[in-house]
Amino acid sequence: MSDYILEMKSITKEFPGVKALTDVSFKVERGEIHCLIGENGAGKSTLMKVLSGVYPHGTYSGDIVFDGKVQTFGKINDSVKTGIAIIYQELALFPDLTVYENIFAGNEVKRGGIVDWNRTIVEAKRMLNKVGLNVNPETLIKELGVGKQQLVEIAKALSKDVKLLILDEPTAALNENDSENLLDLLRQLKRQGITCIMISHKLKEVISIADKATVIRDGRTICTLDAAKGEITEGVIIKNMVGREIEDIYPKRANKKFGDKVLEVRDWTAYDVKSGRNVVKNANLHVKKGEIVGIAGLMGSGRTELALSIFGNPKSYKLQGDLVVEGKSRSFKHTSDAIEAGIAYVTEDRKGDGLFLLQDIKSNVSAANLHGIARGGVINQNEEVKIANEYKKSMNVKAPSVEQIVGNLSGGNQQKVSLGKWLFVGPKLLILDEPTRGIDVGAKFEIYTIMNKLIAEGMSIIMISSELGEVLGMSDRVYVMAEGRIKGELPIEEADQEKIMQLATQ
Amino acid sequence: MNFFSEAKSLIKVNIREYGMYIALFVIMLTFSIMTDGLFMSSRNISNLLDMTGYTAVLAVGMTLVIVIRHIDLSVGFAAGFMGAIAAIMLSNWGVPVYITIPVILVLGVVIGMFNGVLVASVGIPAFVSSLAAMLIFRGALLMVTEKTGTIIVKNEHFNALGNGFIPSLGEVGGLSVLSLILGLVVIALYVYFEFANRRNKLKYEFEVVSGGIFAVKLVFVSAIIAYITWIIAGYNGFSWTVVIMLAVVVIYHFLTTKTVLGRHIYAVGSNPEAAHLSGISVKKITYIVFGSMGMLSALSGILFTARLQSATTTAGTLFELDAIAAAYVGGVSAAGGVGKVTGSIIGAIVMTSLTSGMNLLGVGISYQYMIRGGVLAAAVIFDVLTRKKRA
Repeated sequence: MSDYILEMKSITKEFPGVKALTDVSFKVERGEIHCLIGENGAGKSTLMKVLSGVYPHGTYSGDIVFDGKVQTFGKINDSVKTGIAIIYQELALFPDLTVYENIFAGNEVKRGGIVDWNRTIVEAKRMLNKVGLNVNPETLIKELGVGKQQLVEIAKALSKDVKLLILDEPTAALNENDSENLLDLLRQLKRQGITCIMISHKLKEVISIADKATVIRDGRTICTLDAAKGEITEGVIIKNMVGREIEDIYPKRANKKFGDKVLEVRDWTAYDVKSGRNVVKNANLHVKKGEIVGIAGLMGSGRTELALSIFGNPKSYKLQGDLVVEGKSRSFKHTSDAIEAGIAYVTEDRKGDGLFLLQDIKSNVSAANLHGIARGGVINQNEEVKIANEYKKSMNVKAPSVEQIVGNLSGGNQQKVSLGKWLFVGPKLLILDEPTRGIDVGAKFEIYTIMNKLIAEGMSIIMISSELGEVLGMSDRVYVMAEGRIKGELPIEEADQEKIMQLATQ
Repeated sequence: MNFFSEAKSLIKVNIREYGMYIALFVIMLTFSIMTDGLFMSSRNISNLLDMTGYTAVLAVGMTLVIVIRHIDLSVGFAAGFMGAIAAIMLSNWGVPVYITIPVILVLGVVIGMFNGVLVASVGIPAFVSSLAAMLIFRGALLMVTEKTGTIIVKNEHFNALGNGFIPSLGEVGGLSVLSLILGLVVIALYVYFEFANRRNKLKYEFEVVSGGIFAVKLVFVSAIIAYITWIIAGYNGFSWTVVIMLAVVVIYHFLTTKTVLGRHIYAVGSNPEAAHLSGISVKKITYIVFGSMGMLSALSGILFTARLQSATTTAGTLFELDAIAAAYVGGVSAAGGVGKVTGSIIGAIVMTSLTSGMNLLGVGISYQYMIRGGVLAAAVIFDVLTRKKRA
């Protein structure tokens, strides 16, 4: 009989309208490194949030048995006390505090209610030794690179007598060297008896480090693979990850005819000053008139960054390489230049940076092209209402009137408004970033139909998507991105789920 | 839908906006009763509006600053400083009025833009940069008034801006004729624009309010304008301050509601990231809004100096807080993107009405501050609650 440190038994978690987890069972043996694998949105993070008490006991069904006892975590602190520590992808450190302050933040070394800073520093040094990080504990966090910050997070977890360490995509933001160091550290911690769950998209890493690997798809556990039995191979994992049937909800297009190149980027590199790394590396891609080009890849693979760097560079990356629009070499200083050149970008985060939620439908639709309905800087407001009504009708936006506040619409209708805003600009190239995220099947179909109509009218589309079905169903050609690079280009006839996933997880 | 249910639903939808007018009405009515009508006397109303003038123009500019999620604490002493510069130009250097005023207004724009650059390009929080500017202007005001103390302005044309009235062109039953004509013109324009607007909407086949409601609205608003005109015409007629204030409101109301620039300002306030991705230059909008704030500070300084007929060492003290309070009472939201210029004017009138009414009643200054603070808090609480209900 195996010694399980953690058993999650038939966990089901529902959100309003969505079943995020269905009857998920997940077992982890003491002292192993267990990888959790699955596509974006498969339910990995939700499962870990259930485990750590982010979703408290009572909001899900099923049992969590940790260390031989059924646990009912009411809040995150409860799981921390029993020895579970999660390190999220976005690090939760205080950049302006020192390393030792960070390690003991929320867990201060006290004597009679007063912090004992000397002992804190001594203890911090001990923890840093454990993770093999050789820095002065008085260094500020912001002065460390991401790789070292990651180690500080682990040191922080170790300071709390952690038994089970959970890492959510720990190497996503690290370069190869740092990644290798981190994996070595995990192996070392394993020898010291610390169990580890790692969520990862990089199959090479999984193969090199995992004792076991559990695959989750569509909120269900698909299988648990055992390295000792030689089951953890790329082929097996990918097959289990993508095995979903693609439903036929993608309207077909007749008479495909492609024209000249509308957009081309060559040796395109974008350096992000804030994170201090290249978010896009040496990308080469082109789009022809009348073509839908899919960009597949996992979250954080640099797809959005690529799109933004083309669309007037609002994040002020340092750019290198050539950008050619309709045969002319261009360099955009502001998004307005890109819009003028005929490019539109529909954001993946419509609530965050797409829509003006407090404003009504008509103001949102006209926002990017007010000059189109103005004379001498004065807006013709009746014209505005008329145009908004036309888009509302042609895209079937369900709202009583165009005076409706956009924040009160459903996700699908918001997406249509967001799309309408950009169609009103009259672009030649439309970049759609996750055009159907978080909207229901009916609205999805409507958006696909609109896309096909636009192509028929001579527009070109770049569609960034994490949904393989959508990429395969709608694109004429597919680029796959991983770690800021374009890892491959597939004509649609040659593309399938396995090939894309293989390129995306390299 | 019958007349009353339509009226009811209109009030329900626009409760926040109408609430302010109702509050103003209640305040005026209460004071009128408590002062036996003294409050609504021609003299008092005329005075009250003149007193509102220099904070009202600041409130208009401040509304836009708050809409784009910033604040400007320097406007009070900026106004004081620029008022003093105007006084020096007129009295010490003998510069004619028609040169002084444009120069001061341009100086205001430059000063405001400087704040805008610090906020938008350098990235300093507006609270801090404008606090620094406030200290600097305070020092600058003291410096220019150091030698002479109060600078007396003797230029009649300039002083008329703060104390003078538009020519009366004779009187009819003690009422100034030109002011009456002006009031009638305003009513005529109002009715004309309402009809034009309605006709235009019908042409596009949009929904409009029913004829009954439309007629009631026309008569009601016209009656209010007529009543105010009648009161004001009874005491020298419209003052230049009121005319300037009205002009500022009309221009800014037009800018914010009808133009591309106005829409861009509200877009930046409501979601700066989305605005940037929509091709709007957030920096440019920030410069413009702070520039306009600077210009209105200059105008406020001119009005205040003209009213006192002199520049004093303490001119402008706490103006910024009066302007901010007026804007919040008028319904701007600190979260950005929401707030009307007309609201802020009403907010400014509400605040001065309180002061004026309580002065007439002889309420002690200590209570006055507390009551005004309470009204400010109540207005914002009402705002937050009605917003929550709608969301």
